[in-house]
Amino acid sequence: MKKILILSTALTNLAFAAQADITVMSWGGAYGEAQTEAFVKPFIAATGKAVIMVDADNPAPAMKAMVEAGNVTVDVASVEYADGIRLCDEGILEPIDPASLPAAPDGTPAMEDFLPGAVTECAVSTDIWANVYGYDTTKFPADAAPTTAADFFDLAKFPGKRGLRKGAKAVLEFALMGDGVPAAEVYNVLSTPEGVDRAFAKLDSIKSEVVWWEAGAQPPQLLADGEVAMTTAYNGRLFAAAMNEAKPFQIVWDGQVYENEMFVVPKGAPNMADAMEFIAFSTSTEGLRASAQQISYGPARKSSMAEEIIYKDGKTVMAPHLPTAPENLTNALLSSSDFWVDHDAELNERFQAWLAQ
Amino acid sequence: MALPTYASPLERAWYYTYLVICGVVFLFLIAPILIVIPLSFNAEPYFTFTPKMLTLDPEGYSLRWYDTLLTLGHPTPDAVRDSSWWSTVWERATWVQAAKNSFWVGLWATVLATTLGTIAALGLSRPEMPYRRLIMALLISPMIVPIIIIAVGMSFFFAKACVAPDSAIGAIFGVFLSDKGCLANSYLGVIVAHAVLGIPFVIITVTATLTGFDQSLIRAAHSLGANPRTTFFKVIMPLILPGIISGALFAFVTSFDEVVAVLFIAGPAQQTIPRQMFNGIREAISPAILSVATILVIVSVLLLAMVELLRRRSERLRGVTPR
Amino acid sequence: MAEATQELLTTADGRPLKAALAAAQSRAKRRAFFLVLPLLLFIILTFLVPIGYMLKRSFEHDGFASSAPALVAWFGENRGFDPADPPEEAYAALVEDLARMQVEKTTGMAGTRINYSVPGSISMFKKGAREAKNLTPPFRDSLIAIDPEWASPALWRGMASASHVYTTEFYLVASDMKLNDHGWARGEDKERIYLYLFFKTFVISGIITVLCLLLAFPVSHLLATLPMAKSSLLMIFVLLPFWTSLLVRTSAWIALLQEQGVVNDLLVGLGLVSDEGRLTMMYNMTGTIVAMTHVLLPFMILPLYSVMRVIPPSYARAARSLGATSWTTFRRVYMPQTLPGIAAGSLLVFILAVGYYITPALVGGADGQLISNLISFHMNKSNWSLAAAIAGMLLAAILALYWLYDRLIGIDRLKLG
Repeated sequence: MKKILILSTALTNLAFAAQADITVMSWGGAYGEAQTEAFVKPFIAATGKAVIMVDADNPAPAMKAMVEAGNVTVDVASVEYADGIRLCDEGILEPIDPASLPAAPDGTPAMEDFLPGAVTECAVSTDIWANVYGYDTTKFPADAAPTTAADFFDLAKFPGKRGLRKGAKAVLEFALMGDGVPAAEVYNVLSTPEGVDRAFAKLDSIKSEVVWWEAGAQPPQLLADGEVAMTTAYNGRLFAAAMNEAKPFQIVWDGQVYENEMFVVPKGAPNMADAMEFIAFSTSTEGLRASAQQISYGPARKSSMAEEIIYKDGKTVMAPHLPTAPENLTNALLSSSDFWVDHDAELNERFQAWLAQ
Repeated sequence: MALPTYASPLERAWYYTYLVICGVVFLFLIAPILIVIPLSFNAEPYFTFTPKMLTLDPEGYSLRWYDTLLTLGHPTPDAVRDSSWWSTVWERATWVQAAKNSFWVGLWATVLATTLGTIAALGLSRPEMPYRRLIMALLISPMIVPIIIIAVGMSFFFAKACVAPDSAIGAIFGVFLSDKGCLANSYLGVIVAHAVLGIPFVIITVTATLTGFDQSLIRAAHSLGANPRTTFFKVIMPLILPGIISGALFAFVTSFDEVVAVLFIAGPAQQTIPRQMFNGIREAISPAILSVATILVIVSVLLLAMVELLRRRSERLRGVTPR
Repeated sequence: MAEATQELLTTADGRPLKAALAAAQSRAKRRAFFLVLPLLLFIILTFLVPIGYMLKRSFEHDGFASSAPALVAWFGENRGFDPADPPEEAYAALVEDLARMQVEKTTGMAGTRINYSVPGSISMFKKGAREAKNLTPPFRDSLIAIDPEWASPALWRGMASASHVYTTEFYLVASDMKLNDHGWARGEDKERIYLYLFFKTFVISGIITVLCLLLAFPVSHLLATLPMAKSSLLMIFVLLPFWTSLLVRTSAWIALLQEQGVVNDLLVGLGLVSDEGRLTMMYNMTGTIVAMTHVLLPFMILPLYSVMRVIPPSYARAARSLGATSWTTFRRVYMPQTLPGIAAGSLLVFILAVGYYITPALVGGADGQLISNLISFHMNKSNWSLAAAIAGMLLAAILALYWLYDRLIGIDRLKLG
């Protein structure tokens, strides 16, 4: 038997890639690259532990499926704020000890340094990002370019295909804002059956022209290929395409829906202690700052913003490109975790049925 | 089919229309496969022909998308390409890892499917075989049952199919299983799943070879004093070998092309080429995908040539006159 | 009875020949069976058992039964309760369970289970569980104060039924049924999706089968009637796609058909469509149909070809010489002889199309999704039992077609290449 064991070990080593120590599941594309640069590489350099990144369209359901199947392969996952709370409620996540998070360089305890709400029972914020929409400036004359959420739904004035995320969250809010509902009223309206019908009716008005996307890397590609005239996207993806590939993309901040992105640890993660260490390392003042230097998502620690953040190209000031810049917040909506924790299942079900009809 | 001399003008017209229709269908079949080859040499990140490509300007073409196959996942893609750079490619590059995984999973799945399938085909083609039709229907069914159903079933079952890593079985198969000793997220799980999918092809091709097989040859061998082993290796094997090999090729291609089972039961360590392509196509189809596609087209041309040669050899051996 | 008195034939060692023959035959039978046995065991263990396990999952969900012990006990004792007006003790059990769910973090599990049959329940459970420890008797009134839906008969029916681990409810849900106040009924139009997608999957598969047949027929005929050397050469056009990776072909179709793709560029270049009027042929049903037709076409050509190859050309010539027109000859003489090939190819293509996943997932957009994609969707959302129930229904449909195939054509006549 020993012989077989040696043989099979030898074969495996020859045959298969080595298993990594810590597996981080994130959203891929420009965001995944930013997290690799800001968190993973420095962590490997500092600790010598191996980390691999794996991509998912949305890590939350993928990770939930793993935990419920008793078959967890990821140690850390990057999820939306509401999912971080919902999955914690559902017992999918490991609680994170706030005391394990490092203090700011000036000694301010982590819990005072983080913005309110940025650390929850099971999750720690890595950045603040937004659902925005963008267009290709070469497709619209400068004096007749879209500027508001309503313009996105105006096929007569701005003809062309639209890209939208295939899911209820942020899309329904955006539809209501496109229908003239002020940001402050959106969740009141959406809490009523009539409000939900209204959001779907608004979506109906452009349904025939919509190209649905799922992975965050798709919308910049759709815009670049000319497959759509305008598309919703995660703001950092459009920023990355504009900066790194010099794409003529313009972001429209009117009607943006912003929220915290959270690192979480699934129950039964194979390398629990390393996962916690990785999260503490990544969400330190320097970690969050490094992340904001890679992609235009804002840090959730006050100390990370103490100095002006400059993009990795060495010259672009990040502040005006962040969702939390004052000029970007004139008609902006903070995604409501309360609302989505309760309504995620039924609205997504309705959305899927609507999509198939 | 030549046109008979008595054909009327209308029939002549119809005949040429028919030839044109056939031409169009052949074009429909082959054009998509051929179109990826020039597009993969695009210098721009689009997958349509740029004006420069159409005027055959060398500047419109480049190998950059083939280069990304080496550099994706490489920690220092822009460093000097010395031997350590290349060894890092071999160890780290995403596509190279995927290719290695695809190759080894395909190889083991093929060995498993071909061995079990060939032995079973020998039994199935004996006239005495009981419940032949029923068993045949069962063994072919992995080809008919939608792969999504198989994958869902396996993803439920493989997560529960675990052995304690410190047990005897765990010690032998441990390296092929996941960290927890389960079939899910393990190489063995993917290999087994792909073997199941390849088995129908082996059964079909080997039984087809055996239909022309003269069972009296076995009796002749026995009567001349050969034991079953010798009979198999000296008499049966050489005759059905072409069938076995083409069955094995089918099994290998099935595994090499399979993505649904991988999506459902494989872990992050078992990325294969199709899974990598699937992700790539969903996210952002860039000509990098087309450069992989081009390589795969070349591989399938080689495989096709091999199968065709084997088929001819088999027909010659069995004394079947070519059609 | 002449034979009875006849002397029995024996073998050289004196055994009755009949018995010896039977023994030899059963030995041969056993030997043949033992050759098949390893594979049979392998397939049972790695294919039949997982599918059986999946079917079991389609009848099983303990999300509510395991997290609401007080209600489960109460339902067990009060089988005939009136869902329109459950007594206060039922509400007390409910509040006790809600409080427990909040502590044990099982609200999501329990709410999800009820949500399948009564949409909207999951939000109620989450809200209810948060408040549960602060509620005071009478519990009926304090629950209704949070949400009047707590008194809904549909909800109570749903909870009573979910208190059993084993259920057929997922098949009802997968048939677009929902619980209302009086029992199971068809759900609201805006929530109906499953049967519609089944129907659509069958229609699209039918369209693809017909398209494949129309395209395959002339080509197979040409291949079957050309001299061997030429047809072998042309056969490459059929076999190369057959051997080429599905993902390669799918990505090729995206490159060809997308709005800024090769076909649209060609049409614009020829002036057939304007630059603004580019055709949308990808990420919708058109894309799915075109790409799947291409992928499945070889499965139609190969069986048709093998049937047409052996049709003697003399029949057609005889018909012509007897005065039939070429159309009549085709319709009355040639076509009927190709029917076995048509049946084999069509059934095979249809069966494969119904279960297709990859191509629609990549090129289908929103309206080109098939039932397999919905199974995958629910798997990803960890709705295991529902995914399993839909898969079970698809499996039943496929097995019926497979049985038909076996009866009409015979599974052992399946040939490749």
